[in-house]
Amino acid sequence: MSTPYTDEMMESVKKVEATRASRIGAELRRMTAQEKDELLEAFHPDYNYDSFETITVGPNKGEKAPKELVNLLQADSRIKNLNIDLSNPKYDVDVLVIGGGGAGSSAAIEANEGGADVMIVTKLRIGDANTMMAEGGIQAADKENDSPRQHYLDVMGGGHFANVPELVKKLVTEGPAAVNWLDKLGVLFDKDENGNMITTHGGGTSRKRMHAAADYSGAEIMRVLRDEVFNRGIPVVDFTAAIELIKDSEGKAAGAVLKNMETGEIMVARAKTVIIATGGAGRLHYQGFPTSNHYGATADGLVLAYRAGARLLYQDTLQYHPTGVAFPAQIYGALVTEKVRSMGAQFCNKDGIAFMNPLETRDVAASGVIRECKERGNGVKTPLGEGIWLDSPMIDMIHGEGTLEKRLPGMLRMFLRYGIDMRKVPIVIYPTLHYQNGGIRITQDGMSDIENLYVAGEAVGGIHGRNRLMGNSLLDIIVFGRNAGQQASKKCKEVTLGELTLSHVDAFAKECADAGIESSLVSPQILPDYRRKDM
Amino acid sequence: MEEMVNVYLYGKQYTVPASLTIMEAFEYSGYQLVRGCGCRNGFCGACATIYRIKGENALHGCLACSTKVEDNMYVASIPFFPLEKKIYNIEEIKPTQEIMMQLYPEIYKCIGCNACTKACSQDLEVMQYIAYAQRGEYEKCAEASFDCVMCGICSSRCPAGISHPQVALLARRLTGKYIKPEAKHLTQRVEDIAEGKFDEAVADIMSKSVDELKEMYNNRDIEK
Repeated sequence: MSTPYTDEMMESVKKVEATRASRIGAELRRMTAQEKDELLEAFHPDYNYDSFETITVGPNKGEKAPKELVNLLQADSRIKNLNIDLSNPKYDVDVLVIGGGGAGSSAAIEANEGGADVMIVTKLRIGDANTMMAEGGIQAADKENDSPRQHYLDVMGGGHFANVPELVKKLVTEGPAAVNWLDKLGVLFDKDENGNMITTHGGGTSRKRMHAAADYSGAEIMRVLRDEVFNRGIPVVDFTAAIELIKDSEGKAAGAVLKNMETGEIMVARAKTVIIATGGAGRLHYQGFPTSNHYGATADGLVLAYRAGARLLYQDTLQYHPTGVAFPAQIYGALVTEKVRSMGAQFCNKDGIAFMNPLETRDVAASGVIRECKERGNGVKTPLGEGIWLDSPMIDMIHGEGTLEKRLPGMLRMFLRYGIDMRKVPIVIYPTLHYQNGGIRITQDGMSDIENLYVAGEAVGGIHGRNRLMGNSLLDIIVFGRNAGQQASKKCKEVTLGELTLSHVDAFAKECADAGIESSLVSPQILPDYRRKDM
Repeated sequence: MEEMVNVYLYGKQYTVPASLTIMEAFEYSGYQLVRGCGCRNGFCGACATIYRIKGENALHGCLACSTKVEDNMYVASIPFFPLEKKIYNIEEIKPTQEIMMQLYPEIYKCIGCNACTKACSQDLEVMQYIAYAQRGEYEKCAEASFDCVMCGICSSRCPAGISHPQVALLARRLTGKYIKPEAKHLTQRVEDIAEGKFDEAVADIMSKSVDELKEMYNNRDIEK
């Protein structure tokens, strides 16, 4: 068949084809702990120190973060010079959920279940979130040969033992209940004829505990959660961004200032408890990387919480997914699910050599791909730059014809749209900015440093330490989303709000001014700007 | 020199590189998108779009994020479509044929025009999955509709006023909850955890030092 690959790429494809039969069934060696450490230090973007800056104000003063994030944390507030009337809120609820992804929706459902008057506010639509794009699956230790203890060990090792142990415990021990909850809501997990969950490996797992819904795992979960939010009559205020948190006179979280994305109207939401479920930061394009994230991933929640005095944790660690699309241009940076590797596809360099085990953890795999291109010069040249082959035709050879179409329909469709049949030819990948490992620090009950301010989902820091494993994010948004909703609905019953105030925003601005910061930016960023720059 | 094409965004002409997607063409032309842009990768259905090539009859449905521009393409986005979503309690309904009749009776008014299928941005057999829903064959409906991103283009073309994505979602939830067999190993594991059967093992591993954990991690057995 014809492909959009160049002649040079097709020459390289022949070399991949030539080695393919001998690679099937061959176990590729895993790196030693020392080899991994050296590889990460030399090639992982988190060790590219020039791209980080020191935070000069606020709770994490003196610590490092990506330059782009530091600039937003220390930028001007969007409510600077606005006169906001806090005495007459447009919305007045028990629980205000900011963000309409998987974590926010789970939180809202549980808060509703707990009897609270809960509302979701989201700057795009409910479901426009990274959850919708999670392809590969959700981990949970529910098989005979597996246990929460084994899952705990994998999570800690994957996170370089920097994870907050109490949060990991919650993740792994409540994991099976989270998957069960989804199953009972009607999420269509891949099962065999007896109802057993079909589970596979992910990078860094020691047991096959990846549950999936084809390669629409996150989309399937999100569709069902959104439907359940609607069935319960939970109000969803869409196209409305939270631009600052509001506190009460005792310094507790008490709502948010909202802005209608289309009309610009500024509104006040008063709430007894607030849950930040605003997701990640891929659209900040740290270090110029493309991203697999959805349009609204701009770290808004981190900015809001930080200004209000919440401490961040591991804000300096990001996940670069090893397999972002490197070609063609239309899907550059988009995610190729790890499930492609789970099902047997190997990395091959331009000479058709499988240079590393494809199921190392994501940080190690990404660094290995970067090294193969940058240091060893074995990358595949494309019209856009370079990348590494991911030998997708191996999947049908290993599991039988038709498997790829059945288990990876989204991937197949994505590439077919641009004339690439990944059943027949390998695809080209390069790391893409995928996940914010760090975020706002929370305790086991989901609360940040600010009383009555809860956080769930990708906006949290600490669960995954310095590197997250595949399938643990879909798990954490459910476990910690539900938890935040349950805790907030309990807590709101004992909250009596004092007078509302935005004085913390002024205080933070003064701290910035005192530190000599003069920002030309306003934050939160809310959306990226992809308009042509030379207009 | 980069190859350029003429596109007509809401009827207004712009010249853009031929390699762009429709979504990128909007941005290249100066639009800061708020609506009509979500995951940017074909999963969320935010960027439902219809287009027609000048001089041709056919009207096409697509996702703006996943479709390349063509010369003389007339483009209109549908950033919102009023699908009819019926409210139900998933715990109370059952996967009977009657439930579809109660909640979405309009599916029986399908006139078989197949406009939904022709318009689908995911190339799904939309009319076929509605036929499965009519017959109460929810598992088949679930499978045939599984890749639906709920963009709503199908419904915008339907003379019977059917909200196909909502019908399909109901069929999938019924299938997932009631028709697929129970995952007994999962039920058992949830019970065991609730009874505290793993408490000791988890407490033990939590008591290990980082060095001990590293040792365990580096020497753990990995399932083949």
